[in-house]
Amino acid sequence: MNRAPAQSRPQHRRERPEAGPWPHLLLAWPSLALTVLFLVPLGTIAALGFFRRIPAGFFEVGFVTDNYARALDSFHLERLGVSVMLALAATLITLLVAVPFTFLLTRRPRRAQVPYLVLVLASLSLSEVIVGFAWSLLLSRTSGISNVLVRIGLMETAVAWSPGLWAVILAFVFVALPLAILSLYPTFSRLDQELPEAAGTMGAPPLVGFVTVVLPLVRRAVAATAALVFIFVLGAYVIPQTLGRPAHWTIPVHITDQAIMKNHLPLAAALAIVLLVMSSVIAVAIVVIVSGRPPRAEPSVPAP
Amino acid sequence: MSPPRPDLVIQGLGKRFGATVALADVDLRLPGGSLVCFVGPSGCGKTTLLRVIAGLETPSEGKVFLGERDLTRVPVHRRDVGMVFQSYALFPHLSVAENVAYGLRIRGVPRRTRLERAQELLALVQLPDVGSRRVSQLSGGMRQRVAMARALALDPALFLLDEPLSALDAKLREGMQVELRRLQRRVGITTIIVTHDQEEAMTMADLVVVMGDNRVQQVGPPLDIYRRPVNRFVAGFVGSNNFLPGRVVSPGQVEVAGVRAPLARDAAPAPLGGEVTVAVRPENLRLRAQAPAAVALHGTVVFVRDLGRVVETRVRVADQELIVSGRGGFDEGDGVWVELPESGVVALTS
Amino acid sequence: MNRVLRAALFALVVAYLIAPLLVVAGVSLNERQVLFFPPQGLSLRWYGAAFTDPSWYRPAINSLLVATFAALIAVSIALPLSYVVWRYRVRYAKAVMAMGLAPFALPPVITALGALALWIVLQSYGRPYTVVLSHGAFLTTLPLATLTVGLQNLNPQLVEAARTMGATGSAVFRTIVFPFVRPYLIAGFVFAFVLSLNEYIIAYMTVGFTFETLPVKIFASLRYGYSPVMAAISVLFFAFAVVVFAAVGRLGDLPRLLGADETD
Ligand SMILES: Nc1ncnc2c1ncn2[C@@H]1O[C@H](COP(=O)(O)OP(=O)(O)OP(=O)(O)O)[C@@H](O)[C@H]1O
Ligand SMILES: [Mg+2]
Repeated sequence: MNRAPAQSRPQHRRERPEAGPWPHLLLAWPSLALTVLFLVPLGTIAALGFFRRIPAGFFEVGFVTDNYARALDSFHLERLGVSVMLALAATLITLLVAVPFTFLLTRRPRRAQVPYLVLVLASLSLSEVIVGFAWSLLLSRTSGISNVLVRIGLMETAVAWSPGLWAVILAFVFVALPLAILSLYPTFSRLDQELPEAAGTMGAPPLVGFVTVVLPLVRRAVAATAALVFIFVLGAYVIPQTLGRPAHWTIPVHITDQAIMKNHLPLAAALAIVLLVMSSVIAVAIVVIVSGRPPRAEPSVPAP
Repeated sequence: MSPPRPDLVIQGLGKRFGATVALADVDLRLPGGSLVCFVGPSGCGKTTLLRVIAGLETPSEGKVFLGERDLTRVPVHRRDVGMVFQSYALFPHLSVAENVAYGLRIRGVPRRTRLERAQELLALVQLPDVGSRRVSQLSGGMRQRVAMARALALDPALFLLDEPLSALDAKLREGMQVELRRLQRRVGITTIIVTHDQEEAMTMADLVVVMGDNRVQQVGPPLDIYRRPVNRFVAGFVGSNNFLPGRVVSPGQVEVAGVRAPLARDAAPAPLGGEVTVAVRPENLRLRAQAPAAVALHGTVVFVRDLGRVVETRVRVADQELIVSGRGGFDEGDGVWVELPESGVVALTS
Repeated sequence: MNRVLRAALFALVVAYLIAPLLVVAGVSLNERQVLFFPPQGLSLRWYGAAFTDPSWYRPAINSLLVATFAALIAVSIALPLSYVVWRYRVRYAKAVMAMGLAPFALPPVITALGALALWIVLQSYGRPYTVVLSHGAFLTTLPLATLTVGLQNLNPQLVEAARTMGATGSAVFRTIVFPFVRPYLIAGFVFAFVLSLNEYIIAYMTVGFTFETLPVKIFASLRYGYSPVMAAISVLFFAFAVVVFAAVGRLGDLPRLLGADETD
């Protein structure tokens, strides 16, 4: 959880008994389910990357390095670069909006927050497919804003902005923004209102108080959120596929392409492992740079 | 001494949160350099009034002046106030000295200078050795002092404290009351302390503002408030009081429980013939075995409680029960005379 | 940040989140089979088609089934797990917890590819239950997060009080813990349900077209033939999500469920 421990909330102390077989019985199903459905698949991918592809079927067990060689060839490395740059750009824009928005939202009375939270949750749950579809319409020539702008006389002729680089980034931000807001929400809403107020009484204008008092206290949450958003966007498939030109296709598009269309699971797996390593390294770097501290062991999640 | 401190003037102030009225019709003049206590029961609007003065809330109506200067629209960071919050609001990511020096940092004072000044202030609140510690390593009482040092760092025009002592244990609280009073005298700053402890207000303040029902009920020096409460609310809230129905029969006399008692000389005048509530403090009543020369009521002792320093005796007089605190010496069931104070009683019309 | 700036930022965010949906809603009202905006002519026929055309309502039913069972699985994993971590000192519980939270720390496409690989190895590729199980594990993160928040908000003194009155482990759970975390449990279920309903890439890689879910169907028609029905369905989806979350906000304390403190 990315709850800022910097906030000094009174911690209830309690003893935690180790009570016989109960906890182990209770943990049986979660352990089994998550091992089979999460850990084993990951291991399978890791192994698959070294397997041989059989043109007619899926693959056969073996140990070859061709798949990794291809996953790391200049074409795929360039794709990887594009993916990372796109994800970084989307992450940056998302945070620039989400951090002030969430802060200001959590300063509102709770009741006033609810409509915004409902909108954010509904947007978060919106299928990436629908998001891709909606933005392709919004940015298209015949049904998008450019068309509307022509009607009201602000533009000469309608143009299509999709597919294109900005179409991809705008849609990335659209899916990432709700995620970022909800991930920042717990920390921000638990931030003692009196801290920025105290800064105000000592002469700090709101923006200065925000930078000198609020930001240092929420740095960890912001860092975790940045990593979360980055990984999420980096792993998106539908948006670059529907809103980007081939030049903007990210690694997930190629992974899916190899896995489903070209039936080349081992290459898809090798690409996935490369993507995984890359995303972990960059995510850790983001956390270290933004929070100024090494990451904690627990993974970060939104709440929810 | 520095130039005279300006008065804080509040005119026709009101504050609503949606449908909730938090403050209504507040008019106050608080003399510069004085120590003022806002006192009243929970929810009566003390914090809201303090926050309006600090600029943390915008009033729904009315104005706030410091001397000639209209503060109403001035944002908090340009108001020149120092505030001690109820939770202290010390910044957990900064050291104690950095907390105290925060306001100087905002003003762009160089690091060396401001940390030296922080050190002076910490010495002022008698915490010379904690500057480099984290806030989380301090006890409640120490945090309270750090919060005061921090609020004073910019030498503000107003020093505002919201229930600064409520989190401390009784002994520490008493010590801090004295210290706070001394500190205020030394610095000479106009100070407002919010408390719901009326005793604290009475012992510390130059001027007490009694609030109730989201309004100001009475303003005055502690003794005035104690001696001459203007209404039943104040009479009941500040110290304890016996209330009896009565009627004013002549300009200086009130009829109560079948006898005529003198009205306190400087109390607010009551209309002739009107129904009033007579208030008389338990410590101003005397118990007598025989009918005294002074005005007295006859009754029966129903309950005795020895509080150590005083004995509290409850006496049934007609269908009323009076509390008398004094030396005691009577038992349940005894018939006694309750002597009313020679200085007179207080008649309240509201 | 004064009021004007705040209002501007709020307006920008709301407009940004709503604008695409407005265009989709407009497009769904076209009279003919075109995707114009503003729409040409007004008609609700595409909403009708969404309910009468089996190529659309079958995937919808599939999606509802998948989402229901997947959310149940997610909750069945999250509840015992979060409870054990909160209540007992069991070393490996933290590791299991990490597995439950990890899917959201992984690029989604990798989770999907993992599911694909798993079910191929188990020779179950394309069976309806595969997507249910994979969604269930993937979305466990959501009830796990809400339940963790809920249990953190539960004052342990309540448990101690119950123990002084004679309640044992399971009685404490039944009478104190469960009633307290129920809103968080329901919220976690709802989040998992709605996200499963909308999930594309895992569904695509586990069952694809053999057990077509709505997002898969929409994506297919996005590539092979636009139709205003897509727009109608998208609007229904969004409306459904808004209604569900508004209901949660109505019945429960949404800020608290999302991790704000117990009280203001
Ligand atoms: N931000 C707010 N929103 C809505 N109502 C508020 C707000 N702040 C205060 N109130 C209401 O205004 C009234 C006065 O509150 P205030 O906090 O000023 O009381 P108080 O005298 O300080 O009480 P206490 O002694 O309990 O601290 C109360 O009825 C309170 O519920
Ligand atoms: Mg208060």
